[in-house]
Amino acid sequence: MYAQMVKSAGTGVKSREEMTDQERDFQDKIDADIKIEPRDWMPDDYRATLIRQMGQHAHSEIVGQLPEGNWITRAPTLERKAILLAKVQDEAGHGLYLYSAAETLGVTRDELTEMLLDGRMKYSSIFNYPTLNWADIGAVGWLVDGAAIMNQVPLQRTSYGPYSRAMIRICKEESFHQRQGYDAIRKMAEGTVAQKKMAQDALNRLWYPSLMMFGPSDKDSVHSAQSMAWKIKINTNDELRQKFVDQTVPQIKFLGLDLPDDAIVWNEETSQHDYTDPDWNEFFDVIKGNGPCNVDRLAARNKAWDDGAWVREGLMVHAQKKAAAKLAAE
Amino acid sequence: MQNEWPLWEVFIRGQHGMSHRHVGSLHAPNAEMAVKNARDVYTRRNEGVSIWVVEAKHITATAPGDKGPLFEPSESKVYRHPTFYDIPDEVGHM
Amino acid sequence: MANVDQQALFQFLLRMGDNTLVLGHRVSEWCGHAPVLEEDIALANTALDLIGQTQFWLGLAGEVEGKGQDADALAFRRDVWDFRNFLICEMPNGDFGQTLMRQFLFDAWASVTLAHLQKSSDERVAGIAAKASKEVAYHLERSSDTIVGLGDGTAESHDRMQAALEYLWPYVGEMFASDDVDANMVAAGIATDPAGLRGEFDAIITRVLTQATLNIPQSTFAHKGGRDGSIHTEHLGHLLTSMQWLQRVYPDASW
Repeated sequence: MYAQMVKSAGTGVKSREEMTDQERDFQDKIDADIKIEPRDWMPDDYRATLIRQMGQHAHSEIVGQLPEGNWITRAPTLERKAILLAKVQDEAGHGLYLYSAAETLGVTRDELTEMLLDGRMKYSSIFNYPTLNWADIGAVGWLVDGAAIMNQVPLQRTSYGPYSRAMIRICKEESFHQRQGYDAIRKMAEGTVAQKKMAQDALNRLWYPSLMMFGPSDKDSVHSAQSMAWKIKINTNDELRQKFVDQTVPQIKFLGLDLPDDAIVWNEETSQHDYTDPDWNEFFDVIKGNGPCNVDRLAARNKAWDDGAWVREGLMVHAQKKAAAKLAAE
Repeated sequence: MQNEWPLWEVFIRGQHGMSHRHVGSLHAPNAEMAVKNARDVYTRRNEGVSIWVVEAKHITATAPGDKGPLFEPSESKVYRHPTFYDIPDEVGHM
Repeated sequence: MANVDQQALFQFLLRMGDNTLVLGHRVSEWCGHAPVLEEDIALANTALDLIGQTQFWLGLAGEVEGKGQDADALAFRRDVWDFRNFLICEMPNGDFGQTLMRQFLFDAWASVTLAHLQKSSDERVAGIAAKASKEVAYHLERSSDTIVGLGDGTAESHDRMQAALEYLWPYVGEMFASDDVDANMVAAGIATDPAGLRGEFDAIITRVLTQATLNIPQSTFAHKGGRDGSIHTEHLGHLLTSMQWLQRVYPDASW
């Protein structure tokens, strides 16, 4: 999930009796699957939570360009280079759609960006892990985008109109991401001994970080109830994680790779796979800033932003000059 | 950041003969660059044959609170819809 | 086409393909690091177009060479001395202004060149040129706008663009220096003499750079050695080191 651990604003779910008339009407609309649009009345906490969630989601797309971008200049064929570049470019596009959707709530993209850059807002923990060999590019598309899609498909039905529409557009574009990833890693798994080793290494390293993308276990996830009542979160973390494991295990087997977790086994009783939970201490460490790449990722974003200041400023000033000249001529 | 590029709404004609549809927004210093940015951002998959952009602040919209007076009165004008009328089958297509 | 010197044609195609390969690679280095999302996305589009053009040019080069090399083999398995791109394409990105100035100068050359190549006696060349020229027309429009915007923006953006122009100017002349390969292409009706294209090029850049309030340097000095491979800059080796690394370390793998 690209928006992990988004703290819902407010004091938790209110009962109908506790709600004001406005709040009750609002909740009724959500229960009836009527979309909330930018100019509609909404509780302040709904707005604040959405800004956090969509902002975090957008930041994840942008920071998510970096681990994959790490391999654009080393892609092994012209076609793989084009595919990877198009894919990472899509992530920038997705960030842009999500920032735009968030902007309808009265926050600007620059404000959100500043909050990413100074650490006030987070992005998904997954992007604080490195991409170390070419098979990582396959694994990221396959596992990371796979996990993201699992979260984003239900979010197409989210209650906030602009967010829902952004998710619909993103899901449409995203479907090629996972497939290109699987295609790339399949080529590796079926390739030379060295390639197969890369594929296995990528799977082993990225497996648990991918499971972490869905956020902490439901029993430790205190903010879900309100977000679910507002339909800005549709499924619980554990539901989605289980679904991801069940979907991915046969795909691993098809590749002929070893399962990254010895405890993975089909459980006849529950009709799902048993698996080992990720190390949640590691997860919280990464969230706190202690992942392998946190510092580098933020430094790269800050550098791009700072180095680009004169460009943004220059083009804006030119546009203003032109507008003024046009006005003077009229 | 006082010098943020303004926000533009983007409308794209997907195919010849269709109307322009709102597809999203973006930032650009002026209208010309907004059109180019829209081309680069919103037609990467061959989605368009024509682009409109308008600076978001220039859009005038109805107020959500006026929904009732604006749109409900037309709900009762059922006679405006063709299905309101029974035409015997013998008459043929109409 | 029996009377066309196939070796010269091969060299000509390598020049076309290596230009787009090396420049496309450089532009792709920006992905994720541009000043604003819209520019990040636009630069990636430019790079994607250039990579696509490379596949066509080098693909045809491999065919003409007739030794079973495809575009990937040519891109990933040749060393510096076999590359035939203009030096300007391999120059480092520098700041955004330098990247855009390099792009603009190349776009102006490419738009003029491709317009002529569409009339090539070789249908394959004409076909690639026709497709590429639509892409390049947009690149030129976009880079021109940016050059004007930044040249005539703030004092800082103006100074940076002037510095970029002065840094890159000595690499412009090479784009119009003719040699035997060109003479061969002209004789076969495949391409126009590059020297004859300078006027059209100058018209474009003078118009844009004037609007951008930038001063075109007076010097006519030109570095050369890229398009015949005799002397590249040190930068190309580093570019190839990352670009070709996987193919070189794992030569028996397919990807």
